[in-house]
Amino acid sequence: MCPKPIAVKSTTMRMILGLDRPTGGSVLVDGVPYRDLRHPLRKVGALLDAKAVHGGRSAWDHLLAIAQSNAIPAGRVMEVLEAVGLREVARKRIGGFSLGMSQRLGIAAALLGDPEVLIFDEPVNGLDPDGILWIRTFMRELAAEGRAVFVSSHLMSEMAQTADHLVVIGRGRLIADTSVAEFIGRSSQAYVRVRSPRLAEVAELVKVGHLHPDHLRVTAMTPLEIGALTARAGLPLEELTLVQPSLEAAYMELTKDSLEYSS
Amino acid sequence: MIDIIRSEWTKLCSVRSTMWTLGTAALLMLALGALMSIAVKNSHQGPVQPSDVAEISLMGTNFAALAVAALGALVVTGEYRTGAIRVSYMAVPRRLLLLAGKLVVFTAVALAVCMAAAFAAFLVGRTILGGASLGDPGVLRAVAGTGLYLTACGLFGLALGALVRHTPGALVAAIGLILVLPQLTRMLPGQWGRTVNDWFTSNAGLQVAFPSPASSLGPWSGFAVYLGWIAVTLAAACVLTLRRDA
Repeated sequence: MCPKPIAVKSTTMRMILGLDRPTGGSVLVDGVPYRDLRHPLRKVGALLDAKAVHGGRSAWDHLLAIAQSNAIPAGRVMEVLEAVGLREVARKRIGGFSLGMSQRLGIAAALLGDPEVLIFDEPVNGLDPDGILWIRTFMRELAAEGRAVFVSSHLMSEMAQTADHLVVIGRGRLIADTSVAEFIGRSSQAYVRVRSPRLAEVAELVKVGHLHPDHLRVTAMTPLEIGALTARAGLPLEELTLVQPSLEAAYMELTKDSLEYSS
Repeated sequence: MIDIIRSEWTKLCSVRSTMWTLGTAALLMLALGALMSIAVKNSHQGPVQPSDVAEISLMGTNFAALAVAALGALVVTGEYRTGAIRVSYMAVPRRLLLLAGKLVVFTAVALAVCMAAAFAAFLVGRTILGGASLGDPGVLRAVAGTGLYLTACGLFGLALGALVRHTPGALVAAIGLILVLPQLTRMLPGQWGRTVNDWFTSNAGLQVAFPSPASSLGPWSGFAVYLGWIAVTLAAACVLTLRRDA
């Protein structure tokens, strides 16, 4: 989920979880409103704000209270603490936790009910590189276990490394709901870079390319087509590369019309 | 529902404010009761009436009431202050069930502690002053009534906390409604003013804690009026809890 600035992603997530009431329409989880789920944490686990905890409680007590409310056995608390690497500090007060530790505790809470759906709002914000790498790996593992992991972020490079599927929202409207590769492919900025000792001849053969001093840029053909063409003509190539824009560049291009406040 | 109660029990027992506020309430009951008893014993000649022994030994009630009300408020506002309420609502999306869970657990804990504190304070006062027992007219009702009144004050605090969702705001409202305004209504003139005064929050509620009530309301009907105030506050809190975004 990568919306343009004006915050709709947190609100959308909060509406899914029944925390905020939508002005119109409804949000269903597995066909029912969230508040009608008997033990919602067994279906959906969410981390919205890692610091939204009572600092005076220990990690263990915090998770135990959440587990009990959904009839989750107490043994599960140690399991999730183990999974996120907080076993050693289970009895410590949450107030003394760093942001990274709080983030892990929040993920532990989301995992308590072993849910099929996980929702993380800006999970890497403010984390150090180690923390970011840990969260990214952990989220991929959770997805590999067959869970749907729903992540919001405005860090495009982060999304490019984590997400399979993108939902892009601008001004409250859906701009894209597609795979990362397809989203990048939609950008007009993709091209094939061709280098050759006989570049001028290649350019003449290909016709649709833009000739640059040391290479040729082709947007209307695939590398395969160019390769076949030059091979038949017996022209040697030094490079034939499909250059794709970054997710960030594709995102900027495809959302520029829906920018509410451009700088 | 039993799951929610277990969860709220864990929450209440795992924060220090619970021990501090209930400890303060019990300490105020015992210490003020003992101090007043000693002061009376030193200045008074001859035996003290049993009903006076009860009244003197329970002098800490007004102060203990605020400590219990503070805990009641914190049970709700503590979660709003930190944002943890959203985690609670994610776990229990039926908000009134969550509030009911808090109410049940808090009532049970507060009732146990307040009852114990009231009886202990009376026993301390009786030991110092002598000459009174729980069997004397009105005494048992006043001592048990003190425990009930203190618990009700805690519920008032909880209801105000759920209504205001803000710790300082809820505390100011609790102090105003339990301690300050009931004093001010005494100054209202005429028969109408007296009725308002008698029916006003703790003026009505305290009747059950006095060995010999002095109000147009009897001890139990006075307490019922106080519970009415709390019920109205709680009903308003329930409506707003369902309407507002968390």
